[in-house]
Amino acid sequence: MGEAIAFYTIAAFVLGFAVLVVSTKDTVHSVLFLVLDFLFVAALYVLLGAQFLAAIQVLVYAGGIVVLYLFVVMLVNLKRPPETYEDPNRRGKLGFALSAAVLIELGAIAAIGYARPAPALAPPSAALPVTGNTEEVGWLLYTSYLIPFEIASMLLLVAMIGAIVLAKREL
Amino acid sequence: MSTPTVHHGAMFDTNELVINMGPQHPSTHGVLRVVLRLDGEKVVDADVVIGYLHRGIEKLSENRNWTQIVLLTDRMDYVAAATSNVGYCETVEKLMSLEVPRRARYVRTILCELQRIASHCLWLGTHAMDIGAMTVFLYAFRERELILDLFEEYCGARLTYNSMRIGGLPLEIPPGWDQKVLEFCKIMDAKVDEYEELLTHNRIWLERTKGVGVIDGPEAVAIGLSGPALRGSGVPRDVRKDEPYAAYDEMEFDVPIGTVGDTYDRYLVRIEEFRQSLRIIRQATEGLPEGPIVGKVPRLIKPPAGETYHAIESPKGELGYFIVSDGKSTNPYRFRVRPPSFCNLQALPRLVRGHLVADVVALIGSIDIVLGEVDR
Amino acid sequence: MVDTFLVPLLKIVIVLNATLVSVTYMVLLERKVIAWAQSRLGPMRVGPYGILQPVADAVKLMIKEDITPVRADKWVFTAAPIIAMVPALIVYAVIPFGPEVSLFGRQVTLYITDINVGLLYVVSVASVGVYGIILAGYASNSKYPLLASLRASAQLISYEVAVTLTLVSVILVAGSLSMVSIVRAQESAGVWFAFVQPVAFVIFFIGGLAETNRAPFDLPEAEQELTGGFHTEYSGMRFALFFLAEYANMIVVSSVATTLFFGGWLRPFPNVEALAFLDLIPSWAWFLLKSFVFLYIFIWVRATLPRYRYDQLMRLGWKVLIPLAILNLVVTGIVKVILL
Repeated sequence: MGEAIAFYTIAAFVLGFAVLVVSTKDTVHSVLFLVLDFLFVAALYVLLGAQFLAAIQVLVYAGGIVVLYLFVVMLVNLKRPPETYEDPNRRGKLGFALSAAVLIELGAIAAIGYARPAPALAPPSAALPVTGNTEEVGWLLYTSYLIPFEIASMLLLVAMIGAIVLAKREL
Repeated sequence: MSTPTVHHGAMFDTNELVINMGPQHPSTHGVLRVVLRLDGEKVVDADVVIGYLHRGIEKLSENRNWTQIVLLTDRMDYVAAATSNVGYCETVEKLMSLEVPRRARYVRTILCELQRIASHCLWLGTHAMDIGAMTVFLYAFRERELILDLFEEYCGARLTYNSMRIGGLPLEIPPGWDQKVLEFCKIMDAKVDEYEELLTHNRIWLERTKGVGVIDGPEAVAIGLSGPALRGSGVPRDVRKDEPYAAYDEMEFDVPIGTVGDTYDRYLVRIEEFRQSLRIIRQATEGLPEGPIVGKVPRLIKPPAGETYHAIESPKGELGYFIVSDGKSTNPYRFRVRPPSFCNLQALPRLVRGHLVADVVALIGSIDIVLGEVDR
Repeated sequence: MVDTFLVPLLKIVIVLNATLVSVTYMVLLERKVIAWAQSRLGPMRVGPYGILQPVADAVKLMIKEDITPVRADKWVFTAAPIIAMVPALIVYAVIPFGPEVSLFGRQVTLYITDINVGLLYVVSVASVGVYGIILAGYASNSKYPLLASLRASAQLISYEVAVTLTLVSVILVAGSLSMVSIVRAQESAGVWFAFVQPVAFVIFFIGGLAETNRAPFDLPEAEQELTGGFHTEYSGMRFALFFLAEYANMIVVSSVATTLFFGGWLRPFPNVEALAFLDLIPSWAWFLLKSFVFLYIFIWVRATLPRYRYDQLMRLGWKVLIPLAILNLVVTGIVKVILL
């Protein structure tokens, strides 16, 4: 019962901030609402019992990635340019069309999902000596998901090198 | 360089950024204005704007008689006033071919060297503080207070001494003063070691000063540097050795010379000058001869018609006086000062080029200027 | 009811108040210690030996005019100091001041809570603190504070990497992320982790200096710099909040260093019976004493060392500390595998 209240409150905040991210005129405010959004998503993770993921969400996403977004936004100083389309309602019509398409898709998935019986969950592997959330994630990352983990880190390394090479000035 | 224009508009266009440092700024050692042209964080050029402390000392001197001008020389390099006094008096004595008694010359030497230590204390304190070592500032000023106490006992003033007269000194040294000077020397020796302990081998100090503002010997001479700034670049020029004045020909001392010509070398040169000054003071105080404190000077000082230039080694460099007397009036016809700070400051744009903004402050401190002298 | 609600609430009240008072008195402590290092006395007029100086400072700052730049972003301008201060205070939720003691007939743990990802919580909360500085520079709507704040935040982020890597080594040795377990691990090992992981401790301390913008890494705040720091446009209580946040962060770094490397609440040589008389000093007093030593070292370092230039600072962080931290981590891992 308490959990349900907590869940719905946090979910309301998440959705509210998400709407604010998209609708605010000022780009920096938009990014700040995104940070708040991520913090509340971390709270959702805690509710689900994934404390490690919650901490990592705050550390990496809110504390790292969005900081870099903020740097870019502040330096480039975007402001909404005046729009000069012929059809002033163009944005509204496009938004309506897109959201209608997404809703129809979601509805189709939900309907098919209810119709089909739930597949049997894979039984937890007995070989894992699990004690806590962090240990579980660690074991999985370094045994079953080792290759994706290493590929992800290679990807980040390549992206970093690429960024440096592209932005480097002749010193 | 023409007055740089300020870029309004886009903050990060790839043009150069022009920022203004001073004249009111905690690190410019007075009212100095430096307009920096930056490319990112590197300094492309610096334009030094001076004149904020110009009081017209040279023109004022034309309306003062020769004895009154001593007062004005105090106020040029107010950090090392006694040295400016000595330089002026010796120039006039040279023009008048006056004989200064040996005792007066010895006391002048003691006062000049005490002044050198006081000036270097101020240099060290402000230079270190600009680079971030704020404790050294207070330690250096503590020692400077000891010297100012000695001066106060001698002539009653702490900053603008008016302590020299043409032909000698106005006052005899008070009894016991020489003992106090020797005691001070003992204290100061240990303190210089303390400064060195804090800075000389400190990794952060080394990183902030080594390789910063390198200027080699020939170029330093071409720009017109003098004093420790020149000696740091390896040029062995010291007016006390090359053209001895006061009692320096009777003193035994070494002149420290640098090698690379960076800020660290200039720092080491001045630290060693502390020690050499203490050596000179000890010799002069222990060997102080008896005799009159002022020579035979006519009541009204009227140097013969002519002109002369005489230079001394002030703590900041070669301080020169050029006087022209027309032989008839009691005022100089022309009184011109060659201030070391003014000439050394010319090197600033050359030194700063290619360095980062944070180094500008270190370099201004490394050249050791006093605006009273630069602007007069 | 009492145990699940009142006791934690009481603990929070005590810890928060103690922290806020310590932070204000840190100001006085710093001025006094630096003054003594510089052969002067520091504040002496207000109260005996200047003890009431923080009160005078607080009153002065509260009655100062609150200036907000005209075109500054009002909400962000006000929020920035708060965002800088709050993470420093929240961290205290997991810092253990002592083990379970019996107080008024109850078993009370001398920490607000012990979550199983305690150390990770500390690190993630600290990473949110960067926003305070970035937003302060941005909200001032002025070129130089913006640049200064970007530099300061870049410094913070860089050193965060090094610090987090050292914490991973500590986690390897202790075998757990929970702060209380780390202290217990030191108790059962009989040795403080500073001696087991000296490199990690040194890197942590240097990183801590950089994270809190303390000398010798305080270039973004130095008055001698041409570009005024990120707090140039702030005045009055908001300005005070930034500096209190800096001191609060210092206390946090000291507390975390004490917990991870110096045995937290344990007395020296906790397993040696002969020194049991040291138990006369309660566990939380040992904790506070050790934290205080670190705070003193922070201040001592500020009084002594010159400051690094920005590029030298970044070079130190990226080219020296991070490789060292990684190396330390690798060596620790290898040693652990061999010894097990």
